Amino acid sequence: MSRLQAYLDKLKAKQKTALIPYITAGDPNLDVSLQLMHKMVSAGADIIEVGVPFSDPMADGPVIQRASERALKQQVTLHAILAMVQAFRDKNTQTPIVLMGYLNPIEVMGYEHFAQAAVAAGVDGVLTVDMPPDEDARYLQIIKQAQLDPVFLLAPTTTEQRIQKITALAQGFVYYVSLKGVTGAKQLNKDSVKNKLDIIKKYTALPIGVGFGISDADTAAIVAQYADAVVVGSALVKRIEAADGDVTKIVNDIEQILRSMRTAIDAIMP
Amino acid sequence: MSDQVIDFTQYPDESGHFGIYGGRFASETLMASLDELQHAYKKYLQDPEFLAELDADLHDYVGRPSPIYYAQRWSQKLGAKIYLKREDLNHTGAHKVNNTVGQALLAKRMGKQRIIAETGAGQHGVATATVAARLGMECVVYMGSEDIQRQALNVYRMKLLGASVIPVSSGSCTLKDALNEAMRDWVTNIDNTFYIIGTVAGPHPYPAMVRDFQAVIGREARQQILEKEARLPHSLVACVGGGSNAIGLFYPFLNDQEVDIYGVEAAGEGLHTGKHAAPLCAGKPGVLHGNRTYLMEDEGGQIIPTHSISAGLDYPGVGPEHAWLKDVKRANYVAVTDAQALEAFHDLTQTEGIMPALESSHALAYAKELAAKVDKEHIIVINLSGRGDKDIHTVANLDEIRIT
Repeated sequence: MSRLQAYLDKLKAKQKTALIPYITAGDPNLDVSLQLMHKMVSAGADIIEVGVPFSDPMADGPVIQRASERALKQQVTLHAILAMVQAFRDKNTQTPIVLMGYLNPIEVMGYEHFAQAAVAAGVDGVLTVDMPPDEDARYLQIIKQAQLDPVFLLAPTTTEQRIQKITALAQGFVYYVSLKGVTGAKQLNKDSVKNKLDIIKKYTALPIGVGFGISDADTAAIVAQYADAVVVGSALVKRIEAADGDVTKIVNDIEQILRSMRTAIDAIMP
Repeated sequence: MSDQVIDFTQYPDESGHFGIYGGRFASETLMASLDELQHAYKKYLQDPEFLAELDADLHDYVGRPSPIYYAQRWSQKLGAKIYLKREDLNHTGAHKVNNTVGQALLAKRMGKQRIIAETGAGQHGVATATVAARLGMECVVYMGSEDIQRQALNVYRMKLLGASVIPVSSGSCTLKDALNEAMRDWVTNIDNTFYIIGTVAGPHPYPAMVRDFQAVIGREARQQILEKEARLPHSLVACVGGGSNAIGLFYPFLNDQEVDIYGVEAAGEGLHTGKHAAPLCAGKPGVLHGNRTYLMEDEGGQIIPTHSISAGLDYPGVGPEHAWLKDVKRANYVAVTDAQALEAFHDLTQTEGIMPALESSHALAYAKELAAKVDKEHIIVINLSGRGDKDIHTVANLDEIRIT
């Protein structure tokens, strides 16, 4: 069993909801990203999503788009991000890491090469927004053979037939996109999230993470009532942007909001 | 590729692939809508009532069939028989409207009230705003803030037609970023919105659907040239940005192996300078905007800025069917520079009294090169995809003439 799956299973046994922060690697630079990863763990993160910047982030709202632009201005590459993950693993062998991004940087590196390099660096799961599971069987096979967990998105618009198909192929956890829209949008509807999660649970025992639209401790707590994991991205990236390069402020602000989310999530547990 | 004969009418396959190209590399939220679109499009393409309405619109509203014109003086000058397929004579002045008329009828059948589109030079935006006005639908057009500066006239045209033009200032502030933003709108407003993509790119079924709506160009041209010459042309030439006018002309001839096919990309300041928009000639396969195709990208897979004198060719990708036609060697992809295109613009204007769009001028410029290599009975059909009025300011600037 993978580190990701084992970790989530352990949390589930304790009836604890996982907190999964997302940051874009290289925003504002890779040194700060590495520092943030450690800090996020001490602030209560269970799993870390490391965003791989892309020039054309079609599924992202303005906050993460700008983070990608800042990272790309630093010439951040997938290779450099894997090196950062490896550096993280020197001090932390416990916290699962999921790479999240778009397919093309992986496509250009070559699927086999990428999968081997990612595993060697200590990556646990891969989520490629624009690579649905039914598009390319070869990709899925290579990812799985390398012992990486392919994480897939489910959306409010996903039909039951597709839910069945996707959950059968997914590993680690499935990521439910809580709203119709892009990352960082605001119109989270808790009833519709609950209803859809009930449907998804009919088809899979995999843990379900919920993201897109978790903006603060309150929304995190609401989602934590139904989900196995809460994913928070834009709310963090917004604070990184606002700190405007002040590293101490970035680290403190991220720590503070994650702690408040952690507390809020844990408070609703039975 | 093997010697086995390909039946080009059988592509793409069920999942939208042309060989390794095409596909549906889209985020999950879009999948249900893409399925819905595919079903509707397949259904209505067989529906006699839908087809009759489309034909009537193309005839009465767009002005089809567009003529094929024997450019006698230019032919004599170049030493080949040059025919121009006059898409510039369509309503709104380019081939783009063939597709927007078709997709808008589909949107109406599917009960969608709101239409969105991306645009680069503004031709597709204008063609979309036009059909939206006619059908009384809400229309939102995304356009890069750079392009809004360069194409002020088309921005105003769209506004006159009642469309909202939304500036996009992310990334390179051009067409590719407008497409990203239109996709983001679509994911957000998926229930009531129909996204009219303007070229043969995007996730399946767009490349096939836009091709099928544009293939009227090639069907007409095939019949017209048979009437005039009692034979098929030796060569077809069309410019390729995303590639919709080109595939529209090429598609009905793909199984006619004796017809040579040339797609002309924008070499900008020259392929060696890196300042161009020629992914087929100088790019590599990758995945962008929902499909696998040739792209202008750096070694890390990031999309790089493009350059062309013509905003309509200024795009880092290309339709997946072209990528495949290149690999199976059914079509030849070549490139001409800004300077060559500009020269052809002036040539045609002065020799035939037809002012071509700068996009189409790329096809004309390559036809000049081709004509020099063939005998004078060689029949070349060029897709004159649009008229040049929209480019007058660009041309005047380059010629250092100020128009007030």
